Amino acid sequence: MTVHARPALAACPACVAAPAAPVQPMPEGPARIALSLPGIHCQACIGTVERALADVPGVTLARVNLTLKRAMVDAEPDVTAAALVDVLERAGYEAHELDTGALSATQADRAGRDLLMRLAVAGFASMNVMLLSISVWSGAADATRDMFHWISAAITLPAIAFSAKPFFVNAWAALSVRRLNMDVPIVLAIVLALATSLWETALSGHHAYFDAALALTFFLLAGRYLDHRTRAIARSAAQELAALEVPRALLVTTDGDREVPVAELATGDYIRVRPGGRIPVDGEISEGRSELDRSVLTGETVPVFAAPGQAVSAGEVNLTGPLIVRATAVGQDTSLHRMAELVSIAESGRSRYTSLADSAAKLYAPGVHILSALAFVGWLLWSGDMRVALNIAAAVLIITCPCALGLAVPAVTTAASGRLFRKGMLIKHATALERLAEVDTVVFDKTGTLTEGTPKLNAPDSYDRDQMAIASALAKGSSHPLSVALARAADDLGIVPQAVSDIREIPGYGTEGLWKGQRVRLGRASWVGAQQGTETAAWLSVGQNAPFGFSFVDALRPGVEEVVAALHAQSKTVILLSGDATHAVARLAGDLGIHEWIAEALPEDKANRIASLARDGRKVLMVGDGLNDTAALAAAHVSISPATALDAARVASDIVLLGRDVTPIADALETARSATRRIRENFRIATAYNVIAVPLAIAGFATPLIAALAMSTSSITVSLNALRLR
Amino acid sequence: MNVLSYLIPISLVLGALGLLAFLYTVRSNQYDDPEGDSRRILSDDWDDHPKP
Repeated sequence: MTVHARPALAACPACVAAPAAPVQPMPEGPARIALSLPGIHCQACIGTVERALADVPGVTLARVNLTLKRAMVDAEPDVTAAALVDVLERAGYEAHELDTGALSATQADRAGRDLLMRLAVAGFASMNVMLLSISVWSGAADATRDMFHWISAAITLPAIAFSAKPFFVNAWAALSVRRLNMDVPIVLAIVLALATSLWETALSGHHAYFDAALALTFFLLAGRYLDHRTRAIARSAAQELAALEVPRALLVTTDGDREVPVAELATGDYIRVRPGGRIPVDGEISEGRSELDRSVLTGETVPVFAAPGQAVSAGEVNLTGPLIVRATAVGQDTSLHRMAELVSIAESGRSRYTSLADSAAKLYAPGVHILSALAFVGWLLWSGDMRVALNIAAAVLIITCPCALGLAVPAVTTAASGRLFRKGMLIKHATALERLAEVDTVVFDKTGTLTEGTPKLNAPDSYDRDQMAIASALAKGSSHPLSVALARAADDLGIVPQAVSDIREIPGYGTEGLWKGQRVRLGRASWVGAQQGTETAAWLSVGQNAPFGFSFVDALRPGVEEVVAALHAQSKTVILLSGDATHAVARLAGDLGIHEWIAEALPEDKANRIASLARDGRKVLMVGDGLNDTAALAAAHVSISPATALDAARVASDIVLLGRDVTPIADALETARSATRRIRENFRIATAYNVIAVPLAIAGFATPLIAALAMSTSSITVSLNALRLR
Repeated sequence: MNVLSYLIPISLVLGALGLLAFLYTVRSNQYDDPEGDSRRILSDDWDDHPKP
């Protein structure tokens, strides 16, 4: 199990999709364990997994959710998640523990369920009232009509009071700060329609708009529900990513090591960090020698030597030997958290973006109010009849109802997010798609974003096979990433390792052994007596011969060439912005045909560069994964981070790339553009309906029948148009 | 037209029954795992006796 630091990014207004969850203290009594099961797909899997889990002593209930690919287990407190993971792996299923504290799905569920109930009530009521209205339109007269109107009123009033509550609440919130939003005209239309209809009914008039008020509520709630569901899916997937990193640390105590949540660590604690683990705190090495991978903090790929007395920061990865770290700063005080302040400063720029829906509302809301007020005043002056004037004003408000507008955006975003999710992209932010469509400059980070962050032997064919054979034998005795890469390269070439005896790993330096009576070493340049170059290299020395270097490059993620080519084809400016050494960045940029690149950039440099691009009027898409990218991700117009990124980087970005492949980025730009085009089309369709129907309403020809027809046809056309998205 | 005084209440009650049934399914978490539920029905694990 890797040990992870999870910074609490409280200062981030856009992190609704992935709230930084505090570690829950272990609950008393039966424990709830959540497991992620990415491999299950059929009914046989459900049965096998549930039976395997139920057979574990202490497990009281195990239930698989196939939709979420997750298993929830109720068990005695002494059952550990690790044991259950083992059981499932023996049964043939890949399983990962999920942090139950980070899976706060229940709250989102409740909001969704609430909306669904309101939608159901509105749907039920509007169907009944519509049936009654149809009989009125087809000729029911006198007492029958009045009775139908009264029954409609009796259904409509309580139904609206329940279903339209979200609109009332939102409209009141906007009005109380003296602003207009989309909900104000909606509420006005509903209330005015109800008031005039009641008045008409009382005077046994011909026209009542009960069905229109309900249909309006129903269509708008449908839009809200779609919107909510899209976001709930994104949120639950983002939560799952966060929950996969269970933040635990090994605390060194007098009576042995104890596994504790990172949140419980205090300054002065001694923490054991195993090879391969992430350092959870800022501190100082008190025991052990190793090498540290700092790429996530700085972007540099060359591992750094670590010895007692050296300062380390949270987020660095320990590579070879076990380390004991004395914590000097924990939780909120770590350098990880200080990075969050940079983020909150950068973020203020993004909140200025106005979504298409908001800008439409800004034009639409006052327009509708003025139009209906003018119709009211005009008719009042011309006919002098208050009842006629009020009727016409209500008709104008209902006809111009923003049903289609309310559906225009959510219908398209639901369709687009669904498409992108299937391609492996998670849209976290509500307006991310619209912003993505405007992008003209794409900035990539190098380490971990374009590259996998794992080294690969550079040109394996160019080395001497005998030396490879010795090196391979030594490399197999170590789990250092460079050794692993070297051994794999030798195996791929079919090189049989030489017989090297007495192999031992010296943490922080390398591996040594005996070969034909000579001492052989594979490790750091200084250790084997070579000159440290600028490249990532492991050096081999045989006896007293001059040491020999193996150089490594970072392996590219799949699809990088295609993505850069596709972006160039879409005539976007592509920039490479990395914290790594100049020659490494230059070579990658050359290979990929990227003309603009910057190396050795500090986190501030990255954010400043993005800000200066923004000042030049560029719309920047930032793709990055490291902590050093976090500020830049937040400063960019829109940002993408891979799922392997640190939690902080994922929180700061709008879109998360789920797979290893980066090709979906180019597709996403395409989909975002067509989605925005559909949204604009939908606005035009809604406007066209209004242009036809509003003059009728103002002239006083609108009947409840025309209102119902205009409303439903425009809503249905808009939804169908959204489904055309490819 | 007297038939209306029976038919309208009947239609309303039937509609309300449907609504209540839907609300019941929502409240009892029956939409949490649509994919899993559609597969569970094919499993014959508990055909002879209910799950304990």
